[in-house]
Amino acid sequence: MTETVSESTNQNANVVVEHLRSWNPKAVAEVIEFRGETTIVVPRELLRAAAALCREDAALQFNLLSDTTCVDRFPHEPRFEMNYHLVSIPRRDKIRLRVNLSGKDPSVDSLMPVWPGANWLEREVFDLFGIRFTGHTDLRRILLPEDWEGHPLRKDYPVEGFRDVPSTGALFRKSAP
Amino acid sequence: MTTTVETATGTAKTMVLNMGPQHPSTHGVLRILLELDGETVVKAVPDLGYLHTGIEKSCEDKTYSQVITLTDRMDYLSPLGNNLVYCLAVEKLLGLEPPKRAQYIRVMMVELQRISSHLVWLGTHAIDLGAMSVFLYCFREREEILKIFEMFSGQRMMTSYIRIGGVALEPPAGWRQAVERFMKMMPSRIDEYETLLTENRIWMGRTKGVGYISAEDAVALSMTGPTLRAAGIAYDNRKQFPYSSYEEFDFDVPTRTDSDCFGRYMIRVAEMRESLKIIRQAFDKISDEGPIKADAPGIVPPPREKMKTEMEALIYHFKIFTEGFSPPPGEAFVTIESPRGELGCFIASDGSPKPLRVHFRAPSYINLQALPKLIVGQLIADVIACIGTIDIVLGEVDR
Repeated sequence: MTETVSESTNQNANVVVEHLRSWNPKAVAEVIEFRGETTIVVPRELLRAAAALCREDAALQFNLLSDTTCVDRFPHEPRFEMNYHLVSIPRRDKIRLRVNLSGKDPSVDSLMPVWPGANWLEREVFDLFGIRFTGHTDLRRILLPEDWEGHPLRKDYPVEGFRDVPSTGALFRKSAP
Repeated sequence: MTTTVETATGTAKTMVLNMGPQHPSTHGVLRILLELDGETVVKAVPDLGYLHTGIEKSCEDKTYSQVITLTDRMDYLSPLGNNLVYCLAVEKLLGLEPPKRAQYIRVMMVELQRISSHLVWLGTHAIDLGAMSVFLYCFREREEILKIFEMFSGQRMMTSYIRIGGVALEPPAGWRQAVERFMKMMPSRIDEYETLLTENRIWMGRTKGVGYISAEDAVALSMTGPTLRAAGIAYDNRKQFPYSSYEEFDFDVPTRTDSDCFGRYMIRVAEMRESLKIIRQAFDKISDEGPIKADAPGIVPPPREKMKTEMEALIYHFKIFTEGFSPPPGEAFVTIESPRGELGCFIASDGSPKPLRVHFRAPSYINLQALPKLIVGQLIADVIACIGTIDIVLGEVDR
């Protein structure tokens, strides 16, 4: 990334932050800058409304939900970080919205009403992390079989899985938390 | 698997047909539950995951350099693109910029890869719709590209050629002749495919007006790549968010407005021609001398000669391959234009030598989401045309 690019994205990011603040002063909990990328941390209750504003506002026009993913920071709390990567095709801009979720209640509003394309993206996160999306119309596992136990991308799920292999004794006992 | 389809009109009128996961035209292991009213599709429910290998989880247990070999195996028709997006994301985390010569080599290689991927797509899509000979012609040319890859990296498919901070090897002796020969040959070969297909009545009958999606729906469903450009939206990461010096290259982004299977075919053919233009420019830009790796001790492995003469180089080499290197804590999200659409890589680092999280925004996976939208109301034979035209690679869909 060259200097000019990161500066211009910073300016664009300020526009987004100001818009969100003027809409609701509580909408921006924190702004993180790293390597020219801007992350706006949004309170959980305001996510869907903030995302709708990003999409609908004529000055923002984030019409493409590029990606949705989760990071598990176990054992720290709040444990989960939900990241939404938004792209504005007409304005050539990108932004990342983030919501922090606790391990006790990993649920957040679904963005399906804003972008129908959030459907499979959220199903993948539900399948692999066990985050529940309220308002999602079809929240089923997508990559793993329906009878799978646990959520493999969580940090307390071992890389080799919970295998019930008799010869390994207690080492790989099948005991999904 | 017990996914059920609720019938909208009751069991008396419609039937549920299970298509896949072994059906040859699903290009891998995709299963679709189709509810049919006669020959018309009433409802379609894709069922995936048959090829899920947990690549994202495996990445978390490897050092940053070791992950590169895993990325090859996601989208196996475009391994260089996967290498590139992962390396760009790690380089962004590190704040590292590869030398210009390496960037031009990367551009040339991924554009060759784009042509080879589109050739596989064109060949298999045509064979699905009954045009046998196109397949043989496409694979003939693809073979030439794979030979170039073998020259450069020693591998035909799982190249792992693009590395963090540059590329793996110096271009081999005779590479200019090989690429020059390919660039001379290819334009007439693309004309050849077009004479076989573009004005072919059967081809037009099978693809025109089939699988329409409006531009609004395509954006709302997060579709990217040729499918979105066929709907009239000129969204191409190479132009919108240039990476790897793409801003220095002169090329067009073809768009159409018909947004059907035929439109998407025309877009991909036009893209092959644009890729040839980029390859020509990159070919001229690559100098014969110069570094192919960034000067970053502790991240990029030192050359052999240095290891034999300098103690520091030996120590760095040992440390890179035993414990790896640690980028600063933070996140990076990089997107590139893969042959299938916007391929993204998200890496979260916690300051340790292994990534905290690696996530790939797989364009096949997200584009496949729109399949029910394309095929509901169409005939069952058109389902095959629609699956082909989205251009999915199940290795990438399921990861």
